[in-house]
Amino acid sequence: MHDVSAHAAQHHAPPQGFIRKHVFSLDHKVIGKQYYALALVAVFVGMVLSWIMRLHLGWTNLAIPGLHLLSKNGAPGDIMTPEYYLQLMTMHGTIMVFFVLTTAPFAAFGNFFLPIQVGAEDMPFPRFNMMSFWVTFVAFLVLVSSFFVGDGPTLGGWTQYAPLNAVGSVGGPGEGLGVVLWAASIAIFCIGQLLGSLNFITTTLDLRVKGMSLMRLPLTAWAWFITSCMGLTAFAVLMPACILVILDHVAGTSFFVPSNLVINDQLQPHSGGSTLLWQHLFWFFGHPEVYIAIVPGMGIVSHILITNMRRPLLSHRVIIGCMAAIGILSYMVYGHHMFVSGMNPFSSLAFSFPTLVITIPATIIVLIWIGSLYGSRLRINTASLFALGFISMFVSGGVSGFFLAQPSIDIMLHATYFVVGHFHMVMAVAAIFGIFAATYFWFPKMTGRMMNETWGKVHFWLSFVGAYCIFMPFHYLGIAGNVRRYQAFVNEYLQPLIPVHKFITIAAIATGIAQFIFLYNLIHSRFWGKPAPDNPWEATSLEWSTPTPPPFDNFGGKLPVVYHDPYQYGVQSSTGDYVMQASSEQVVTEHEEK
Amino acid sequence: MATTIHEPPEIEPRRRGEPRNGGWRNLVPANGDPRVVRDYSPPPASTGIWVVVYAITMTFAALTSALVVRKGSSLDWQSFSLPPILYLNTALILCSSVTLEIARRRLATFMGGKAIPGESPARWLNITLVFGLLFVTGQYVAWSRLRAEGLYLATNPSSSFFYLLTGAHVLHVLGGLVGLLYVIGKLRKSELRRSTLDAASRYWHFVDILWVYLLVLLWMKL
Repeated sequence: MHDVSAHAAQHHAPPQGFIRKHVFSLDHKVIGKQYYALALVAVFVGMVLSWIMRLHLGWTNLAIPGLHLLSKNGAPGDIMTPEYYLQLMTMHGTIMVFFVLTTAPFAAFGNFFLPIQVGAEDMPFPRFNMMSFWVTFVAFLVLVSSFFVGDGPTLGGWTQYAPLNAVGSVGGPGEGLGVVLWAASIAIFCIGQLLGSLNFITTTLDLRVKGMSLMRLPLTAWAWFITSCMGLTAFAVLMPACILVILDHVAGTSFFVPSNLVINDQLQPHSGGSTLLWQHLFWFFGHPEVYIAIVPGMGIVSHILITNMRRPLLSHRVIIGCMAAIGILSYMVYGHHMFVSGMNPFSSLAFSFPTLVITIPATIIVLIWIGSLYGSRLRINTASLFALGFISMFVSGGVSGFFLAQPSIDIMLHATYFVVGHFHMVMAVAAIFGIFAATYFWFPKMTGRMMNETWGKVHFWLSFVGAYCIFMPFHYLGIAGNVRRYQAFVNEYLQPLIPVHKFITIAAIATGIAQFIFLYNLIHSRFWGKPAPDNPWEATSLEWSTPTPPPFDNFGGKLPVVYHDPYQYGVQSSTGDYVMQASSEQVVTEHEEK
Repeated sequence: MATTIHEPPEIEPRRRGEPRNGGWRNLVPANGDPRVVRDYSPPPASTGIWVVVYAITMTFAALTSALVVRKGSSLDWQSFSLPPILYLNTALILCSSVTLEIARRRLATFMGGKAIPGESPARWLNITLVFGLLFVTGQYVAWSRLRAEGLYLATNPSSSFFYLLTGAHVLHVLGGLVGLLYVIGKLRKSELRRSTLDAASRYWHFVDILWVYLLVLLWMKL
């Protein structure tokens, strides 16, 4: 039943006034842009933190001018203390994972395009949607505020392992108030993402326009739907875990601190807690989080490649099935983060098997991309280049996952730079390339202006080469036994590796500077870019059927009707080699012609 | 590959089967016209409430596993008997589900244009609200009893989990009460949708079942 009332439920009047239009807006498109802006701010904060850390790793005890302004105690005389290195590292990881890799590909682009791609005027619960962004924004402020209160942010790493996360300030700088702010921030963030997932799921299931069956949804819509299902499960578990941490701090409970724990010659008052409990709760969220970051990228890359190849992928259904399989399997593999935690070795075996199995759907997706690309006349533009870059990073980072999935090898590689290289490539850089691809692809629709392609390609090549220069040597460092999370490498066997660290630092700063080309392109094109036509890429899905930029209700008061599969390329029609989903034109496919 | 067609296909109704009196979906008034009710069923709230129920279930599943692991991993666990008032509270919240179901059915009749003369349509919703408030008060009394016995949040992991689970549950009950107030407000303004009523009542029944589950868990584990 395609009933009108379903759409009436999400209809609301156009806002009046600056505040309702641009700040506390109910419009999913504005909320999407707000998420994007938040991610942009967060990624630059995270990147600067990584620069500071890299400088310290390359040149130990280097004075970084102005660092004392960030923390007097953490950087006396502009030289970083060991503890402050760990504090910056924690904030880098937390900001990047939560406020960049989760918000940009999922919340930002999903908010803007999911309702349009399914043919809806808005999300079904616009107030919850608005809350979801502002709650996330508050979470970011709470996290960043820990830089400026007490003895700074927590130093426990983004995984916040117990018992350090629950012992209080005896654990080091930031382990008191810093941890409480960290846990409060993440718990608030979880609320925001749960509200977002609620809207994404109901939008996909209930607000599809007439003719838009599930199999006619573009792969991006499928990816966001699967991601929101994962997020719903993961964040609903992380939130109570964070509340337990806060209670251990402020209420004197003993969830995570074991008995007879002595720190700095002080017997801790807590008793009998379980350190493994935190790891189980955290990684039940933490591993699906990896896929929450990457699955939207898979959808985006598929969508962009299809548009630029001018033909559909080898199989639409298999891609959907594989993304769903990844979503389900992601909850069965989390124990592979705990192979050396003291967990029962049989559990390691049990978690190792699905970890290897989950590589199968991921591999199938990659093979479908490569198989579909083979022999295609790919239109080379910045978006398609970044989509190819995504595949490259995903494969390069994914291959090292095979090694880490095996407990016997992981015992040696655990907590080394090999792991850092692995997850930065497969999760972080791949997902960021997905964000870049999506930005270059959808910018015209979001703003009404085109981005500069020349600067875009320069940005791509510098980022692509730079990312490999930064993260490939990490694998070598790890195999050589270089442990992660050390603020300085004083052991003799690590001395020959210092030049590699220096190289990585230079590459990181150069690649980071290259991102200012993107920032310039983004801002300049927003105001002075060439005006964009409604469908600059000759694409088929519903977002290209609307005016550019889309009006308040997305379709100008008249909902479209969907007549075609999402990717009707390589056909003969009045528009050329494609037919749009909302076009009622009958077309002949190449296959039918033969 | 191409599946080009001339006419868009009818999207199949997600709710199959003819509506039946008393069922969860498309509840119709006795001898009423099912089509009237169908128009009152915008699906997002109906789907959305299951999404909410799922997320809350995951949260309490996480807390349950935390309880099981925490109890099994140490020797500092001290059991205590549950305050007897919890059983009265259980009866209260079970009664509230019954009265809410009566309210839902009467409202279906009311929406079908067959109001019972002399009865306010919100009457049974108000009764449910009272039962809900009594439940919350009863839980507060239970906490007071434990405090009087010297059992605080941090006294022992068993008391920590008692306060944590019952407190988290009460927060969700308060959410349900806000939902009921919202329904009553909409009813007064004659703007109540069937989906809103159904969503609020499903949520309320869920927190009711959740409480029974928690009671059994606490009874077995504390």
